[in-house]
Amino acid sequence: MAWTENNERILLEGLAQNKREAIETIYNQHYKMVQTLVLNNSGTIEDAKDIFQEAIIVLFEKTRSGTFVLNCLIKTYVYSVSRRLWLKRLQQQQKFGPELNGAEDAISVDEDLEVHEQRNAEFLLMEKAMAGLGEPCKSLLEYYYLQKKSMVEIAADFGYTNADNAKNQKYKCLMRLKKIFFDQYTNTRSDARNHNA
Amino acid sequence: MQETIMLDTIERYIRGEMLPEERVFFEQLRKSNPDVDQMVVEHTIFLNQMNKYGERRTLKNSLEEIHNKLFESGAIKASEGVKVVRLWKKYKRVIAVAASIAGLTALSISGLLSHISPKADNKSVEQLSRKVSILEIQQKNLNKTLAQKIDEDKSPKVIPEIAAKLGGTGFLIDGKGWIITNAHVVENANSVSVQNNKGQEFSARIVYVDHLSDLAFLKITDDNFKPYYTLPYGISKSSGDLGEQLFTLGYPRDEIVYGEGYMSAKTGFAGDTLACQIAVAANPGNSGGPVLNKNGEVIGILSTRQVQAQGVVFAIKSKNIFRTVESIRSDSSKMDSTFNNLKIPTNSSIKGMDRIQQIKKIEDCIFIVKSY
Repeated sequence: MAWTENNERILLEGLAQNKREAIETIYNQHYKMVQTLVLNNSGTIEDAKDIFQEAIIVLFEKTRSGTFVLNCLIKTYVYSVSRRLWLKRLQQQQKFGPELNGAEDAISVDEDLEVHEQRNAEFLLMEKAMAGLGEPCKSLLEYYYLQKKSMVEIAADFGYTNADNAKNQKYKCLMRLKKIFFDQYTNTRSDARNHNA
Repeated sequence: MQETIMLDTIERYIRGEMLPEERVFFEQLRKSNPDVDQMVVEHTIFLNQMNKYGERRTLKNSLEEIHNKLFESGAIKASEGVKVVRLWKKYKRVIAVAASIAGLTALSISGLLSHISPKADNKSVEQLSRKVSILEIQQKNLNKTLAQKIDEDKSPKVIPEIAAKLGGTGFLIDGKGWIITNAHVVENANSVSVQNNKGQEFSARIVYVDHLSDLAFLKITDDNFKPYYTLPYGISKSSGDLGEQLFTLGYPRDEIVYGEGYMSAKTGFAGDTLACQIAVAANPGNSGGPVLNKNGEVIGILSTRQVQAQGVVFAIKSKNIFRTVESIRSDSSKMDSTFNNLKIPTNSSIKGMDRIQQIKKIEDCIFIVKSY
């Protein structure tokens, strides 16, 4: 038991750091369970993949939140989240039966899913903002902020004569992105607040 | 240039890359300059969002790659076992129902076969004609005087004094006095008469008997009978639908009796396609009575019931009336010239009326058929 707990802790730490090995282990251990769940409840292989991957993202977000405590096995958590996600999708497709076959609520994941919804919205917002930015801005900002490349490297890659030029260009791109993003972001935020009120 | 330097500074501050002295200086600037503070807050949010976006994108890519890798290596697969389980789970109720229906059908068929095969059909099915319940002794006595009486007096009033052998129901198929009933109602009859619900009796003659379809055509020959210009009901050429609500009127006793039911099968006894099965209470005497649907269309003629089953009654489909008439007309040897003016109505004028009104219209056209 202690061995399992330890193992699970290592896996979760690995997931939190986006480590390929940990993710692959979790994937290998738990995917089939979710696939069975989804297939047994009028879903397809594609659905199963979507649901499982989203459940892993939920778990990932949970590990990344500062106050992370997982009171159950990864298996139980992934199962509960997948079940809820699939139920929701069925409801959206109006295919909702009275109950999912062989699927009982193991643990409550309502709060986590609420957080996940918000994150989802933010992610889509940024994705949309980035897509709306166009090239070379998109790649330039991705190189700098996501791949953490230095301005010197970027200048070389993008053919700027020096890092300062690249920096100027990056500044302009960033200001545009921030404008697109915050225009929407404040809207969704106030929406969320109104909704909560 | 000023702005890029400012942004650079803010980013270094957020990332914690500043030297302690620089950091103290910058924090003082934040306190004294709300604009700078605002920029820091905003940029912190933005970078945080950017990071989350990047992390999730990385994770998504990893998941996608892992999925493909595991699928290719066969570690995970769209296993067929799951499919079967899925189909089984999905359809197990249907399969169970199908299996039980199959079982029941097999049982009932073998039961039915063993039930009917050793015996003659007519033992399983009872004709619904009525033996008129006048004591046989009385009948014998009356028989002696029968010949005389008929000779003496041709008026129909005499006939009721004679005991009828069999009784059934018949109904008009033409207002001029054409009545249809079952062949078995008038079987071996020397003469027939019909009586309406008011107790008036009219003499009639048997124009044609078709034993195959169990239909008999009678014609009222009595001068007292006043022809109907139109009939309230029509005779349907279609067979009706399974489950269709039906009603009957007939004379299982000397009073007209109403019955309600539904079509329970589209074939009659032992798959007889000339007939259909209806669920209705029927008794001897109902034979030859009309089976009507809610629109007041005659869809059948009540004929027999299954002896050992309750509520299993068979009716001859009304389209047989048309078929029989056609065959009579096309065959000159069978042809009776009176058939020339037979016109069978197909339209019902009582469609949409409530049942009580329909019955009031119909009951005058339904007769007790008495055969002697």
